[in-house]
Amino acid sequence: MAAQTSTSGNRLRSILRVADLGRFGMIILLIIVLMGVVAMVGAKENRVEVILASFLATLFSVATPLTLGALSGIYCERAGVVNIAIEGLMLGAAFFGFLASIYLKQAGVSDQASLWLGVAAAILTGALFALLHAVLSITFKVDQIISGTVINILAIGITGYLNRQLFFQGNVPHAPGVLPVIHIPFLADLPVFGKIFQQQPIAITAVLLVAITHFVLFYTPWGLHTRAVGEHPKAADTVGINVYFVRYANVLIGGMIAGLGGAYFTLESVPSFEPLMTNGRGFISLAAMIFGNWSPFGAWAATLLFGAAQAMQINLQYYSTSIPEGFDFLKKSQIVGMIPYILTMFALTGIVGRTTPPVADGQAYEK
Amino acid sequence: MTQSEKPSLESRSGSTLIQQVWQAATRTVLVPVLAVFTSLIINAIIIKISGGDPILAYLGLWEGAFGSPKAISETLVWSTPYIYAGLAVALAFKGGLFNIGAEGQLSLGALVSAWIGFALPKLLGTPLPWIVHLPLALLGGILAGAIWGAIPGWLKARTGGHEVINTIMMNYIAVLLTSFLLNGVLKDPNPFNVTARTPAIAESARIAPLIDGFRVHWGTILALVVAFAVWWFLWKTTLGFEIRTVGANPDAAKYAGINVSRIIVLTMSLAGGLAGMAGAIEVTALNYRQELGFSTGYGFDAIAIALLGRSHPFGVVLAAILFGAMRNGATRMQFLTQIPVDIISVVQALILLLVAAEEIVRFIYRIKAPKETVVLTRGWGG
Repeated sequence: MAAQTSTSGNRLRSILRVADLGRFGMIILLIIVLMGVVAMVGAKENRVEVILASFLATLFSVATPLTLGALSGIYCERAGVVNIAIEGLMLGAAFFGFLASIYLKQAGVSDQASLWLGVAAAILTGALFALLHAVLSITFKVDQIISGTVINILAIGITGYLNRQLFFQGNVPHAPGVLPVIHIPFLADLPVFGKIFQQQPIAITAVLLVAITHFVLFYTPWGLHTRAVGEHPKAADTVGINVYFVRYANVLIGGMIAGLGGAYFTLESVPSFEPLMTNGRGFISLAAMIFGNWSPFGAWAATLLFGAAQAMQINLQYYSTSIPEGFDFLKKSQIVGMIPYILTMFALTGIVGRTTPPVADGQAYEK
Repeated sequence: MTQSEKPSLESRSGSTLIQQVWQAATRTVLVPVLAVFTSLIINAIIIKISGGDPILAYLGLWEGAFGSPKAISETLVWSTPYIYAGLAVALAFKGGLFNIGAEGQLSLGALVSAWIGFALPKLLGTPLPWIVHLPLALLGGILAGAIWGAIPGWLKARTGGHEVINTIMMNYIAVLLTSFLLNGVLKDPNPFNVTARTPAIAESARIAPLIDGFRVHWGTILALVVAFAVWWFLWKTTLGFEIRTVGANPDAAKYAGINVSRIIVLTMSLAGGLAGMAGAIEVTALNYRQELGFSTGYGFDAIAIALLGRSHPFGVVLAAILFGAMRNGATRMQFLTQIPVDIISVVQALILLLVAAEEIVRFIYRIKAPKETVVLTRGWGG
């Protein structure tokens, strides 16, 4: 009986810690402020509930790569490997996923099948880049931040070179379009707000992966091993956990998730590739991971905040003619575009509660 | 007497002069040289696979970089900003900080320098002598870069926010800010101008070419002087010693009575100032104005240069000349072989990969590792 109450007490505490009320309150408040600005500006042209519904629908869509990037970071860093290469992983995956999809279409595969195989190629690319990071930082014990930066530069170089070599000389094959919108049963049929539940597959998968990651990390032996390796690898080694294996596996899982995030850019958002198109999303998702204190739900909430900043920028451009006198800076896309980056720096200051990384995060393990 | 058997100090005192020189050479020069060599070979394979002729490509690269006096001049023109920006990253490395923000610091330095260059005489209503105007333009650029570097430094010292992410964020903010200003208040008012750029700077704010008829300018010589000054500062002054101590071990530095927070902010300001100077020199000696999208990739190239140069000012100069030669020669290579200049980015990434993971180079060429290891960066906590 006593044991039972103590476990339920633990569970309650763990839920509370995950909820981390102050942080969540702050995030929700900021999202409401950003949403309020858009609602006030757009009120002249549209009904408020329509504006809010479309704002939230955009928010969930643009937050997708950030959510996946943050989850990727959580797998790596919970196992003790800092992964600053998520930006490069996403860029590489966006390119090679796109490449696979257009060549498959050219070879006569149907549009739908080429898109899904493109997603698979993106995930594989993410895994391969992550493997490089794992080899460098786990086996060769290269400084993990240096290794990540090297991979970022490599991804920029390879995608830039191949993009020009393959697509700028002569005929550019047609892209098979983007992944279809899925209507979530019942919810998508709601009046006005149903729009929020009409999302594309990667966006939906990202939300599911948040819950799955939480479950895996905190309720499975694998999650326990992962956290042990990230907190105290020596102790984990002593009880028979293979530190190198757990680290390799988690970096690869993280790479695959980042690869899926890369697929969002070229297979779900727009049917084209542009050099440097990830535009810092990988780094912002790392900030979200830190802001969310290395927990899946916390990081998710933070990515929604960044998504809201981006959704605001998109919406303000749409309603730019209704921006009132004296608020001209809201018309300047460059100024509004700075908000996610400034928010990122703000998040890292730790003003809203200090965050604690896994103890062995960033340290190579010597047997 | 191998290094793995005895501490390095003992083996050094016990070995002959030739052995000492050889050891010093393998420690500092051999691995970077082999890394460059290996990545050129891997790159040749990539060129071959993607349908090009690697030998013709490398001949074109060499010809474009060093084939004529004009080519050499252009190589030095390319190398100059690389020296300043490479020093900006290397100096930060010495202080244990990873400055990925050279890009933003550089572009803001260029912007402010250009503004002083074209606007100051108009503001004062009188032409300025170059002896006043040019130093002001350079100082303005240095100061702008220093402030842009100091912000992440201050955030790191004050809140622990990691400089890697913050400097990258400052890069994006710099791009947006530059675009905002160049499309707005700083835009060239000439009615025929449609691009986002400043007016040309006054003659009095320009740096003269070194030799008539060539583009290589006095800013290149100044870069060498600055590299020497950075070396002197880091190894011959107390402040430089404090920076290196904080870089090597911040805890020990704290116990030794060094104000670590102050040193972190100082290091990032100096690094930012060097990157800002790169921008200021580009404006005053070469472009005579700031344009949108003029700096793309200097920041990342600078990281590669600092790592290849082992964060040593003289190594940085050599690495910067190598990178300048590749960037410059690539145009000729593209002309001869139709291989896109972007292949250079791949070569650079490979070099960086092999320099960063020097264990791979040591493994390939069977070179023994030195005892001491250099800590470059730390995780999120520090």
